[in-house]
Amino acid sequence: MDYLYSTDFLFLVGTSLAKTIFLIFLVVLPMVSYTVYAERRVSALIQDRVGPNRTGFPLSLIGGKDWSPFLGGLGQPIADAVKFLLKEDFVPAHVNKFYFWIAPTLSMMPAIVTLAVIPFGSTILGVPMVVANINVGVLFMFAISSVSVYGIVLAGWSSNSKYPFLGGIRSTSQMISYELGMGLSAVPVLLIAGSTSLPQIVEYQIHNGWMMLPYSNGHLGWGKTLLWIPIIISFVTFTISMFAETNRLPFDLPESETELVAGYHTEYSSMKFALFFLGEYTAMIAGSALIVVLYLGGYHVPGIPNGDAQGGIPILRHVPGLIWGIVNITAFFAKVAALLFVFIWVRWTLPRFRYDQLMKLGWLYIFEIALVNIFLTAGILACTH
Amino acid sequence: MSPILFYLFAALTVCFGIAVVANRNPVASALCLVVSFLGLAALFVGLDAYFIAVIQVLVYAGAVMVLFLFIIMLLDLKAETRRKPNLPAYVGGGLVALAFIAQLWLVLERYSAAHQPFPTMWASEGKSIDDVTNVGTTLFSVHNLPFQVIGVLILVATIGVVVLSKRELK
Amino acid sequence: MAYVVPRPNLTWKEKIYLPSIVAGLAITIKHLKRMLKGETKVVMQYPEEKWDAHMPEHYRGAPTLVKDEHDRERCVACQLCEFICPPRAITITPEEIPAESKFAKVEKRPKEFEIDMIRCIYCGLCEEVCPEQAIFLRKDYAITGTTRAEMKHDKAKLYELGGVMKGLVHKWNPKK
Ligand code: SF4
Ligand code: SF4
Repeated sequence: MDYLYSTDFLFLVGTSLAKTIFLIFLVVLPMVSYTVYAERRVSALIQDRVGPNRTGFPLSLIGGKDWSPFLGGLGQPIADAVKFLLKEDFVPAHVNKFYFWIAPTLSMMPAIVTLAVIPFGSTILGVPMVVANINVGVLFMFAISSVSVYGIVLAGWSSNSKYPFLGGIRSTSQMISYELGMGLSAVPVLLIAGSTSLPQIVEYQIHNGWMMLPYSNGHLGWGKTLLWIPIIISFVTFTISMFAETNRLPFDLPESETELVAGYHTEYSSMKFALFFLGEYTAMIAGSALIVVLYLGGYHVPGIPNGDAQGGIPILRHVPGLIWGIVNITAFFAKVAALLFVFIWVRWTLPRFRYDQLMKLGWLYIFEIALVNIFLTAGILACTH
Repeated sequence: MSPILFYLFAALTVCFGIAVVANRNPVASALCLVVSFLGLAALFVGLDAYFIAVIQVLVYAGAVMVLFLFIIMLLDLKAETRRKPNLPAYVGGGLVALAFIAQLWLVLERYSAAHQPFPTMWASEGKSIDDVTNVGTTLFSVHNLPFQVIGVLILVATIGVVVLSKRELK
Repeated sequence: MAYVVPRPNLTWKEKIYLPSIVAGLAITIKHLKRMLKGETKVVMQYPEEKWDAHMPEHYRGAPTLVKDEHDRERCVACQLCEFICPPRAITITPEEIPAESKFAKVEKRPKEFEIDMIRCIYCGLCEEVCPEQAIFLRKDYAITGTTRAEMKHDKAKLYELGGVMKGLVHKWNPKK
């Protein structure tokens, strides 16, 4: 009990709160809104259009001459948010009110909770940049993201109408199918790093080279080159499963507009609809963050020291660690942003799967390949050690 | 673990457990069971058994219950109609529950480990207990044979289901 | 008659699907790059850039009334356009031309001529039916207003938009 009143505990609570607030309100939510914006701009550019390029701030309100022209549409997410908040929140008469109300939050919250175990930076002033450093980080992410399906299922069911219901049913079977594949594809990484703790996986990659770039620590080796094969397979299957888990095209069957109007959120409007949207994009960010941690070295950049000014190129160690800590965080989110771009890019390239193709891909290919890949990794590890 | 948290999550688990039985709407029952599982997972976390807790959420809340919900929705089960209370059944059920609690009480009373207080979560702060390794090594060394047998059993069950569902109806 | 579509035999490379995904990604990124470098020019920034210069001669914009070289209102208030107009956008109040007027011979002219631009569907029937070549659909397409009243073009506005049109048939000219 004494521990509860000690300064250590208060420090822990204080820093955790600060990290949570930083992560959610200063990084992830703005990132979500600008991912939506990026989605619109990139899709427009890919389709030879321009996209939202005008929304700025009304400078005329504060005495300026015109609407600020230079912002180039960067005000769009804010305008969208205001629009969502001001729209009429319409609840159809035939819905199951209670579940209709909790479904949007249930789809948003798990995505945010998964962020708790992501190590998004090394340290700042000695405080590790991960909200909850638990030893089963990877499993925690899988577990919580598997709970997020309830939001979609309940939305589909409580809407009490055909299209949302079909969307909900589809998403259930899709998520269950791809969870297995996703979990199994990540196992080779856990085997190689010898840990299920995300910070430790990053540590491993700092010392032994990134999973996807095994020579990034400057050492060559036969064992590493051999291990590269299963890692690449695992990366591909994991990324594909991640697309399916986050309901992104080409796996967006739960909300396929051409068949199901809008799928599980057909009956939703206003901020409730926006919550589904936010949940989807937060899940995307969490997924990208997980891929970065597992395969792309987390916050590490070769040659850059960590937040305690250790490691990296010796000459850089004279600069205070605080700066490197910030650089690490920036590097992490830059990698996440790059992955988000890939998500968007893929979405505007590929057409949607047919439902049986989706199931076949999940159960007959991803699952099997991931399973065999585990044995392959274990075999290589056993031979090279 | 702080006793307050223990009682909170224990109460959560038990209350929603009761709600599973008391609810007449199958979807609501299933969801109550999910919350009950989450409470259980929280109790495991209180015992520093992170791995078990996460597996509890992953397997039960995240997969098994989703399937249950899926089936309930597909079959489109409606809320049960209220029946006339069947007094003998209630009394009998109550007696069975009481007997079970009494039995638990008697067993735990004699079991010495049950008298020790819960290990505190904060005590282990700093030194990490790697329960993934612990569970793994225990499973594959001490309980290796039963583990393999269970594996084969599940495989047999899976194949059985596939064979049954593939068989053509005559 | 049943027609069996032959299924193509896919090669190994096509079956694993990944090469074609990569090819697709290459195509989309090419479009993106071209767009960023400004090589694709398909979009016009509307209020700043306009299509006006490219507008064809026969463009059907807002209907307008025209005058001729002698500053005569060509409309004789026959009301044919009022009858033909499908959404009934046109309202005409005719009046007699006073005897002292130079054009007294024409006898009739519109006192008020109103086209409700909220109703008008730019069909061009009024232009087609007019026996006097008095009403023309011109190139104005951005007809806006903040009130309904503003969207009703009255005679003055219609002549302002239409202006003078030369080289039309002159059936009211005095015989030589
Ligand atoms: S263009 Fe058509 S709709 Fe418009 S005023 Fe003329 S006849 Fe009426
Ligand atoms: S515009 Fe032409 S059709 Fe219409 S009233 Fe005048 S003369 Fe007749």
